[in-house]
Amino acid sequence: MSLARAIETGDLTQLPSRRDEDWHWTDLRGLIREMPAVSPEAFPRPGDDRWEAFADMVVGVTNGRGPTDLDVEAGEARFVVWRFLAASGASAHTSEFWVELGEGAELTLVESYEGFEPDYVRQISVNFSLADGARVERIVVCSDQASGVTVSTADVTLSPGANFAQTVITSGARRQRIETRVVHPGGGASARLDGVYMLADQRHADITTVVTHGGPHGTTDQLTKGVVRDQGRGVFQGRIVVRPGADKTDARMGHHALVLSDRAEVDAKPELEIFADDVACAHGNTVGALDEDALFYAEQRGIPADAARAMLTDAFVGEVVDRIEHEGARAVVRAWVAERLR
Amino acid sequence: MLSIKNLSAAIDGKTILDGLSLELPAGEVHAIMGPNGAGKSTLGYVLTGRDGYEVTAGEVLLNGEDLLALTPNQRAAKGVFLSFQYPIEIPGVPALTFLRTALNAQKKARGEDEVGAPAFLKLIREQSAALKIDFEMLRRALNVGFSGGEKKRMEILQMAVLAPKLAILDETDSGLDIDALRIVAEGVNAMRAPDRSMLVITHYQRLLDYIRPDRVHVLAGGRIVATGGPELAHELEREGYDKYAAVAA
Repeated sequence: MSLARAIETGDLTQLPSRRDEDWHWTDLRGLIREMPAVSPEAFPRPGDDRWEAFADMVVGVTNGRGPTDLDVEAGEARFVVWRFLAASGASAHTSEFWVELGEGAELTLVESYEGFEPDYVRQISVNFSLADGARVERIVVCSDQASGVTVSTADVTLSPGANFAQTVITSGARRQRIETRVVHPGGGASARLDGVYMLADQRHADITTVVTHGGPHGTTDQLTKGVVRDQGRGVFQGRIVVRPGADKTDARMGHHALVLSDRAEVDAKPELEIFADDVACAHGNTVGALDEDALFYAEQRGIPADAARAMLTDAFVGEVVDRIEHEGARAVVRAWVAERLR
Repeated sequence: MLSIKNLSAAIDGKTILDGLSLELPAGEVHAIMGPNGAGKSTLGYVLTGRDGYEVTAGEVLLNGEDLLALTPNQRAAKGVFLSFQYPIEIPGVPALTFLRTALNAQKKARGEDEVGAPAFLKLIREQSAALKIDFEMLRRALNVGFSGGEKKRMEILQMAVLAPKLAILDETDSGLDIDALRIVAEGVNAMRAPDRSMLVITHYQRLLDYIRPDRVHVLAGGRIVATGGPELAHELEREGYDKYAAVAA
């Protein structure tokens, strides 16, 4: 049962609904009354050219059509930008992709989700497989239309000694889910799963992660921050499972949100399921308003209220952006964030 | 410079300032002393326009202009500066960034040219050296993890860079040891100027040994109940505020 199945079959009963616990806050069944026609072939559109300064390769997938595999051989290091374009309105598409890294391979991957016409429905699924000692820094930037309904899922399989670092940045959509599942073997492997959601108007974003630690000596570090205004709705679901025997697991999860209007909403469900004894796990979750004392302090120094709010929110989410390792990518993301806080 | 006439203000309907009048001429330094709960900090917040402080009567003029009609940042651009009793931490915003943003926002509001990075750095290097502030500290998030003394020196640095017309110093001596107090007081004294006035709010006379006021006012029960020269501060130190509490009631 998934959006992808519903798009493929046209069977709306395949859509996840509020009765499914994992989809309670991102109901698709109640939203989609009729599945739009399959998206036609279309020409790609120009996008954010700031990435091109760093990329070895820009891959375009338009309405679900494009290259489906990305292999990085052992010892290779690459920077790839993968653009997923929804280029036709009132249509639906779904596709699946595979990213494979050989031993010690390194990949910086920007996945840019872009919408150009209203009312599209889309699911993109990406499967990652990392061999021993491989490293991925994945930056997911979602620039969807306000009327888009989108799901993107990533299934990540790590080998011992592999490192998977991810930062999801989104301004939401009509309904949007960004889900990451990590099969974590321990053995010195590490995962960083960060996120930023900045939602205005009636936009919705759901950042869901599931990390399953199956072996000892693994680390997971998560920091997600959200800023929600107007009637926006942010959802964060983070689950970390530590299986029996996955001793010496070190897992931390933080989710912090600013709610900037009375009608904005944030729903958070951090879950730690620990079945091993010798582990270090911690989570923190806060949802609150902008610090009025800090706001007045900035205004007293001469900074107008709107600019002070933007400065403080930018600093709030900046803590997540600063964790992006690739310097050039970090600068582009920082600018992307600043443009959406103005 | 500053003219406060019959000012009353309330928080959540509770009257804190109750008919306060005060004249602060240009170039003078006046001390406001008073017992805890007299309304000293409230006066600072009302003059700077903090939310939640409702002015119920009276007027405040800065060089003849109605201060109470302006937003907090507009007042700052007119030259009103408050040194906070408890400076606020601003996570994620380096002190340098904060201060340059503030300075240029004020300049923009006044129709002046903004200060470029080189000129700003030169200005701040000079001022921070005078206040014995490690320049590296200015690259850190403002006030986050700073000691009490460091925060107070940062307040004075901001005052020096923003060069206000009216500086309100709220309990600037609290939490300072004697060396830090001397550095802060020297910083304040260096800023005394014919076109700048200062309102020094303090509970204790100690600070006034370092920052010599032209006049001392006693604030009790939400209004000024006595005014005198510097000797009044010494009298308060000896005799306490008891007799003024009776006057106010």
